[in-house]
Amino acid sequence: MTARHLLDIESLGRDGLDHLLTLTDRFVEVSQRRVPKVPVLQGKTVVSLFYEDSTRTRLSFETAARRLSADVMTFSVSTSSANKGESIRDTVETIEAMGIDAIVVRHKAAGVPWQIAGWTGASVVNGGDGWHQHPTQALLDCYTIRQRLGGLEGRAIAIVGDAKHSRVARSNVDAFTALGADVTLVAPPTLLPASLDAWPVKVEHDLDAVLQRVDVVYLLRMQLERQEAGLVPSLREYSTFYGLTDERARTLRDDVLVMHPGPMNRGVEIGATVPDRPNTVITQQVANGVAVRMAVLFDLLAGGVL
Amino acid sequence: MSAGALAIRGGSLADGTRADVVIIDGVVAAIAENAEIPLDAAVLDASGCIVGPGLVDLHAHLREPGNEAAETVETGSRAAALGGYTAVVAMPNTTPTIDSASVVNLVRQLGERAGLVDVYPAGAITIGREGRQMAPLAEMAALGVRLFTDDGSGVQDNRLMRRALEYASALGVTLAQHCEDSSLSEGGVMHEGAWSSKLGLPGQPAEAEELMVARDIALCRRIGSPVHFLHVSTAGSVELVRRAKADGLPVTAEAAPHHFTLTDACLANYDTVFKVHPPLRTEADRTAVQQGLLDSTIDAIATDHAPHTPETKERSMLDAPPGMLGLETALALALTELSLPMPRLFAVMSSGPARIAQIAERHGELGIGRAANVCVIDPSERWEVDSRKLASKARNTPYAGRVLQGRVRHTVRNGVATVKNGQAQR
Repeated sequence: MTARHLLDIESLGRDGLDHLLTLTDRFVEVSQRRVPKVPVLQGKTVVSLFYEDSTRTRLSFETAARRLSADVMTFSVSTSSANKGESIRDTVETIEAMGIDAIVVRHKAAGVPWQIAGWTGASVVNGGDGWHQHPTQALLDCYTIRQRLGGLEGRAIAIVGDAKHSRVARSNVDAFTALGADVTLVAPPTLLPASLDAWPVKVEHDLDAVLQRVDVVYLLRMQLERQEAGLVPSLREYSTFYGLTDERARTLRDDVLVMHPGPMNRGVEIGATVPDRPNTVITQQVANGVAVRMAVLFDLLAGGVL
Repeated sequence: MSAGALAIRGGSLADGTRADVVIIDGVVAAIAENAEIPLDAAVLDASGCIVGPGLVDLHAHLREPGNEAAETVETGSRAAALGGYTAVVAMPNTTPTIDSASVVNLVRQLGERAGLVDVYPAGAITIGREGRQMAPLAEMAALGVRLFTDDGSGVQDNRLMRRALEYASALGVTLAQHCEDSSLSEGGVMHEGAWSSKLGLPGQPAEAEELMVARDIALCRRIGSPVHFLHVSTAGSVELVRRAKADGLPVTAEAAPHHFTLTDACLANYDTVFKVHPPLRTEADRTAVQQGLLDSTIDAIATDHAPHTPETKERSMLDAPPGMLGLETALALALTELSLPMPRLFAVMSSGPARIAQIAERHGELGIGRAANVCVIDPSERWEVDSRKLASKARNTPYAGRVLQGRVRHTVRNGVATVKNGQAQR
């Protein structure tokens, strides 16, 4: 049997998403136990292969693997040592020789998880590839919305900010729309993908108008380098027109969820006090991340059978 | 080496007439049906085949000197001969760059030693292809170099390009441009459009190419020195060239096989074999390039043969080098994918490029009294591209597994068979 992978949201489809979200319920329950650990992946080895630093995602995956009783190997390749001399394939073959069952991969380049899936017999989990996909982030976001709002069907969601350079935006657009939500991207045109022809989304530039009719505001991280690259005149101007400032947040209905994949730039895309608002669910997203990743690893490595 | 007598028997010419071709001492002595064949002549069977002039490639990266792990002049020449070529223009982006007489001589000698095709080094327009200072064009022109290019990148600086064209106008040489405005293309690893947006890869917009085509047409209009456009890949570029030609400007253009056979959709699985500059474009661009070849807007099919070792291609889409193999598949792709009449096929693969390279005295035409550079094509042979069986040192063909129709049976260079029955002779 060929290994199964989690590379993107598209190939999961609605059924795959529903299945993993339902499975997540059980691991949320496990996470709340006094000893939050089950022996379902005993003897399995999960490697985290991070070519790009992301301590929070790596820790979330490793915690998930440990709570399933899998052995965990960390292969941290700092940007500097991932020098251009070594091929990714050589690295993967070396790791595989140690006997492993799954590789969680993070890379600055889109597509690397697909390349690795072609070179290994282990299951590959995409932990974020460039601007492309971050499927476990999308799963945990969907799970969080489902927890708070009961579901995504018919919900209006605004994804605000730098969608062009965002794997979170790409995977969340796919996941939210697959589950029946109505998605609007809000960003200056310089921060939108070159072509949105095939995207099932609306695009707007007036954040204030959009905020009046949404159930969820999903903020994307705004990086300083976008200003340096001349995509926006300044972070200040970005914040003024596209940030969920404290003032803007006060215009939201109380039940509107505010979400962010982290790490936040308080004062840029999100006002300093917005994270403390009752229906800002950023820490809940992080908590659900571990359970979602348990569901993913369990599904891939134990065939989904308890 | 004395060639002696050689006869190519039983084939047809591009126009369909049946003819044997008799070659004596490297020169075509007769082209006629049932020609008298000298008793001592070696005979190549061409039954069922089309006999035409040896193919000419304006654009091959032979990688030597500097990157002999990917290709050498010898292995590249062998690939070329198997592809039906008798002449190849070697791109100057070697290490060191072909930007001086000594490197020109070196590459030429390597070509002679390999002895499989005539290797014509192209010189760089600027020293080290750095785009800062003009290379010694006259010194290289004095050695016979007729094509200059910084291929791999375009000459970004408008004033430098103007000066180079002015300087070149006195030398009777052609500047060939890799059209890519680097401020627009920087960081882009594929065509910017629907696919790059979906795949999350940084793109190069079509305008990065078209702006430089437009600039060079403007400079050409002013200066009158010929400009050759390398690997045009967008509908907009084809149209710009079409209009410049209608205006009577001395511009020429080539297209690479991958730009008339593949599109950016090929990158969907992140296989770096499809990473190439200029990038694979949209279906509309692919069709426009085909149309340009049909209506003579585009003068030549040029391979942009770009070997890379497997290790370097096994990097990420951002880090892997651009380029794909072309010499052994170009002809078959043209035969399979384009509906060009045979005379037009030889125009774009032999006489057209020979004129642009200014080697038409020896290449590009099959005629009595001319140097015997001949390509014999079996148009009915179907074959599957197998990357392991290529003569090139590298394996980065995007066509592995594809079944193509039409294959080279024999290649004759200067009266000597370099390929017989599909086998390289050295």
